[in-house]
Amino acid sequence: MPKAAFPNKILPYLLLAPQVLVTLVFFYWPASQALYQSVLKEDAFGLKTEFVGLSNFSAILSNPNYLSSLQTTLIFSVSTALLAMAPALLLATAAEKVVRGKGFYRTLMIWPYAVAPAVAGLLWLFMFNPTMGTFAYMLRAYGVAWDPLLKGDQAMLLVVVAAAWKQISYNFLFFVAALQSIPRSLVEAAAIDGAGSTKRFWTIVFPLIAPTSFFLLVVNTVYAFFDTFGIIDAVTAGGPARATETLVYKVYIDGFVNLDLGGSAAQSVILMAIVIALTAIQFRYVERKVHYA
Amino acid sequence: MIRTLLMSAGVLAASVAFAAPALAQTELQWWHAMTGANNDVVERLAKEFNEKQSEYKIVPVFKGTYPETLNAGIAAFRARQPPAIIQVFDVGTGVMMQAEGAVKPVAEVLEAGGYIFDRSQYLPGIVSYYSKPDGTMLSFPYNSSSPILYYNKDVFQKAGLDVDNPPKTWAAVFEAARKIKDSGAAPCGYTSTWLTWIHTENFAAWNNVPYSTGENGLAGGEVELKINAPIYVQHFQAIADLAKDGVFRYGGRTSEAKQLFLSGECGILTESSGGLGDVVKSGMNYGIGQLPYDETAEGAPQNTIPGGASLWVFGGKSDEEYKGVAEFFNYLSQTPVQARLHQESGYLPVTMAAYEETKKSGFYDKNPGRETPILQMMGKAPTENSKGVRLPNLPQVRDLENEQYEAMLAGQKTAQQALDAAVEAGNAAIVEAQ
Repeated sequence: MPKAAFPNKILPYLLLAPQVLVTLVFFYWPASQALYQSVLKEDAFGLKTEFVGLSNFSAILSNPNYLSSLQTTLIFSVSTALLAMAPALLLATAAEKVVRGKGFYRTLMIWPYAVAPAVAGLLWLFMFNPTMGTFAYMLRAYGVAWDPLLKGDQAMLLVVVAAAWKQISYNFLFFVAALQSIPRSLVEAAAIDGAGSTKRFWTIVFPLIAPTSFFLLVVNTVYAFFDTFGIIDAVTAGGPARATETLVYKVYIDGFVNLDLGGSAAQSVILMAIVIALTAIQFRYVERKVHYA
Repeated sequence: MIRTLLMSAGVLAASVAFAAPALAQTELQWWHAMTGANNDVVERLAKEFNEKQSEYKIVPVFKGTYPETLNAGIAAFRARQPPAIIQVFDVGTGVMMQAEGAVKPVAEVLEAGGYIFDRSQYLPGIVSYYSKPDGTMLSFPYNSSSPILYYNKDVFQKAGLDVDNPPKTWAAVFEAARKIKDSGAAPCGYTSTWLTWIHTENFAAWNNVPYSTGENGLAGGEVELKINAPIYVQHFQAIADLAKDGVFRYGGRTSEAKQLFLSGECGILTESSGGLGDVVKSGMNYGIGQLPYDETAEGAPQNTIPGGASLWVFGGKSDEEYKGVAEFFNYLSQTPVQARLHQESGYLPVTMAAYEETKKSGFYDKNPGRETPILQMMGKAPTENSKGVRLPNLPQVRDLENEQYEAMLAGQKTAQQALDAAVEAGNAAIVEAQ
């Protein structure tokens, strides 16, 4: 490979500087602080600090609440990712078939993505909160024992739907792009050979958009892991009885409500390891498959 | 920001040049968590104080919810930039008390300002809650409230209950609630906000039973929760049974249940006296009663404990600043100011004089029920079970309790199982926090 050469020796560094600075300030500095804090035991005001080594980590990993939070997070993330992707694919294939007003239809579909997580959460809360929600009232009128304030599975359903609803637009965009990149000739040839639309979809379209689907699965899982704090805080605040307390929400509760800074920092270090692993998977497998598509 | 910087630079230059106290105004930040009408009260108090004198300037800054305000204060202290005054909610009291060196007791601040701190002038129930075991007042009670019973008179009428005499004991409340539901007067009989504050902490004080060892944590040292004693188990099992039949409805961990009462869905509510404003605004035909007690408890009703918030003063400030804070607190405790605060906001008066003044003015005759929360708190001298609850991590313990109450109300656990689990988890968290 020929070496790209810049005539100016300083210019490339200058061009890189803003990005490096942003990463330093917003990632490396807080991350190093979290690492440092995770080996300390400290009171809220920072009056007494004690080095405790890895005991924060061992305390977390042996805490049944942390393990159940891990399980909650997995259930929440997988459900959210699937629920955000399946309808998006359905809508994207439907959008392909729209003849008139395609642009308008797509714009409407993309809209929810612009809604902030906390707002999306409140929206669903207002509809389904047992004390004031319109839909909650209707559900009860039909004899459904709807009470997400006490029933953990219903609370989980509510946050999953709210989180997925917001993400459908994003997935829709990617699926539309993936569907458009499939050569018409392939689909038409199959049609001439007598394959029905269902068969065409499962044997041609679906395998060809598989790399996109895999990419979206990773992105959606990361989203459900880390970007749904606002929704959970607004809708259930982790309750009832910890039924919707995800790992990220637990970091917040332990750090900012319970003021256990060391334990909270240790949890965020574990989370950091998880993100790094997920990102590595994404680079290793997804990027490679993109060439195939 | 730039102006403050310039000003402080100016002050610095002046003090260096003349080596004499600067003539500039001393600015004192007051961080608070008051919204809506209560925020207007804060702004007006600061404005009136600033207009009355020219040496000090109180600058109120809204910092979000109670926990957010507390966190902002802690972060500011760690960054060595704390405000002079910070409003901290009741459950944050233990957190602040543990931070010796970070805060300066209000009694000392007042004395530094040349005022004598006289305990007897303040309402005993409130002042003991914000004091150290040796009696030193640590923070200045700003907004105090106490839980009371609200009932919907129209629903009572329909259910054939006595409209003028609300039930006084828990057993009577539960019976009335069943009657409301069974008669179809309302879809739900009874609901309550704050199961932790009302049904656990105040339940203990009001029935004169210990919440935990060590004077409910006030005496310091080792603390073990006692909330799985038979009297609590019976009480919560009764609520769980009502919940199973739909007679009791759960609204949430804080004050969400108020909505169930305001919408007419539930006929009876126990809530903070501070919630009165919303009840009045809803225009419903309501009545007020004192917090119910358990008639099987000896000596009940004892006295209730205050909720709300108090003002804390950070340590490490200059003498000049402490003098200013003392002036401001002295202003706040003046009888006309206190009386007005109490009558307009529904908070309890902090001083005896303000209470007497309000009584003399005939306010309670015109507004029946408004004296109830004060009488509840002042009725008897507090015992070691009823001075209050103070744990280093009360917010966390409340969460652990709420978790179990939710599992119990959902029918997953009996009251005994839930309370045993709350005690076990709570004790472990307390040990961890000490």
